[in-house]
Amino acid sequence: MMKQILSVSWISLRSLPQRLWLSLATILTIAVVVAVLLAFLAMSNGFRKTLEGTGSDDVALILRGGASTELNSVLSREDQAVLETAAGIAKNNGEPMISGELYVVVNGTKKTSGTKVNLPLRGLSEQGIAMRGPVTISQGRLFVPGRNELVVGRALLGEFDGFDLNSTVRFGATDWDIVGVFETGGTVFESELWSDLAGVQNQFNRGSSVQSVRAKLTSPDAIEDLKDFAENDPRLGVDVISEKDYFKEQSQSTSDLILVLGWPLAIAMGLGALAGALNTIYTSVAARARDIATLRAIGFSSLSAFFGTLSESLALSVLGGLLGAAVAWSFFDGLSTSTLGGGFTQVVFSFQLGGALLVQGAILALGIGLVGGFFPAIRAARLPVAMAFSDR
Amino acid sequence: MPDTPLIMLENVSKAYRKAKSEISIFDQLNLSIKEGDFVAIMGPSGSGKTTLLNLLGGVDRPTSGTITINGERIDKMSESALSRWRAHTVGFIFQFYNLMPMLTAARNVELPLLLTKLSRKQRRENVMTALKVVGLEDRAKHSPREMSGGQQQRVAIARAIVSDPKLLLCDEPTGDLDRETAGEILSTLQMLNRDFGKTILMVTHDPEAAKYAKSILHLDKGHFVEELVTS
Ligand SMILES: Nc1ncnc2c1ncn2[C@@H]1O[C@H](COP(=O)(O)OP(=O)(O)OP(=O)(O)O)[C@@H](O)[C@H]1O
Ligand SMILES: [Mg+2]
Repeated sequence: MMKQILSVSWISLRSLPQRLWLSLATILTIAVVVAVLLAFLAMSNGFRKTLEGTGSDDVALILRGGASTELNSVLSREDQAVLETAAGIAKNNGEPMISGELYVVVNGTKKTSGTKVNLPLRGLSEQGIAMRGPVTISQGRLFVPGRNELVVGRALLGEFDGFDLNSTVRFGATDWDIVGVFETGGTVFESELWSDLAGVQNQFNRGSSVQSVRAKLTSPDAIEDLKDFAENDPRLGVDVISEKDYFKEQSQSTSDLILVLGWPLAIAMGLGALAGALNTIYTSVAARARDIATLRAIGFSSLSAFFGTLSESLALSVLGGLLGAAVAWSFFDGLSTSTLGGGFTQVVFSFQLGGALLVQGAILALGIGLVGGFFPAIRAARLPVAMAFSDR
Repeated sequence: MPDTPLIMLENVSKAYRKAKSEISIFDQLNLSIKEGDFVAIMGPSGSGKTTLLNLLGGVDRPTSGTITINGERIDKMSESALSRWRAHTVGFIFQFYNLMPMLTAARNVELPLLLTKLSRKQRRENVMTALKVVGLEDRAKHSPREMSGGQQQRVAIARAIVSDPKLLLCDEPTGDLDRETAGEILSTLQMLNRDFGKTILMVTHDPEAAKYAKSILHLDKGHFVEELVTS
């Protein structure tokens, strides 16, 4: 039986050149569909990886109760003072390791599209910088407090116009000097501008209030102590969440949204490719009808006609899938882009393809090949054998 | 050789249903052909010659009646059993050769052997033997495109005999060939009948071709109207 199937497959594959353009068109459409799906998957994956790679579980993020993001949170000087006495917070030379931060939105222009976008400007202290793992100044130097100086994240610099080192940007009525470029190892923070807290409070008329407070915990488990403290202190109305969980939550909605857009689009396009595949394979069965009938007259089974036809379809879909994956790999993998993160500001991330995603692309391609070959294969299996005797 | 004929048709009817009406091709047809015979079947176009070959080759089924070939009832066989039966009992020779254009002559001839348990080496030997019988051993590596119609038909004959079936069914085997080439093909068939004992049924329009057979059946309006034996 295997010999039969192999030789029928061989014969149908060998006859492919007779349907060269139709077959190439099918391969191409399947490739496009797979490439589009992989682009969406890689985008979702890259976004999620960037956000999930941000934040540590021994840093607590404290926001105004009910505020889901830093942007719509506000904490007063009094709140900060109470938090400095809270349980579970690590100390440095007797001082609690705590960082009040402002997070304001400024304008920027996306390099690739020229569109105006919202970018985050964060005011923070050296304590806050230290809480973000290893931060390196790759060019220039750190800002000096009180001088309206900015450092720019590496990713933001790459993706948006006007933040070159040693240039000046104007936010509102104030000019800011860009004195350095910082890197945080590919985390979301690289999509931010940083300056000193007091300067930002001053220029953006925030008085002594902050939007979030970060606290270094004595251990990841100590977050429970901090939560208990915050709940039981009548002066505080705050939510406490680990920094890691915060970014995880932020990533979920956007990466889900990308998938929710991507899969239906890929499936809709996949249906188009399926129609093309069906047409191609039906054409192939029609063209090979006499050959198939002749083989059946010789004694080949209808099953071999079925699998011989299916194999042609699968061959086209495998080629299409490989081509699509190759295109996605060479054009999308590692491609840097930005999109709206959970905080209404841009997050820079790069497309990331991986084995698991390629498997999904392969499933889509093979699905098209299987369904696109199945029905023509049934027709091939049911061809009347007497057709071998019919006229040309 | 046993007395029972190789082919026996008893009360075979065949009708095609077209739209609402039924077109009867054969009605209560009886026929027996003994092993080793070479029969030419003649008759006007549409008289059912090809239909008869299809029934005998297990490629089509009768509406009623029984068909017994080589002691086996083929009218009631399952599809897959019929496939296997065809593989070792019948060899088909078609008017338009029906070779696979992308396979070499040898590969075409090998096709029926892929259904057997023969090893690759044995298959190659049998293929070369069959090609030698039809005088084409030097064309094994050629593709059908590189061969004349007569040569292609000889490759098709080699394919039909390579698995050594008892029965050869030929539908206008010389219908597409000039007279001289047709003569060569018919001589080859005659030789297969005479030297290898193949039972041959050959549909033809051409009275000259029919003369190569041992007997001629005239099919008309669903009946054999006469049975002539040539000299
Ligand atoms: N599948 C089919 N469905 C309906 N009618 C059919 C079918 N096959 C054959 N017929 C009809 O049966 C009749 C006999 O056909 P057949 O092909 O056996 O004739 P034939 O004697 O071989 O003719 P020719 O000499 O032209 O080859 C014809 O009228 C044909 O139209
Ligand atoms: Mg006919």
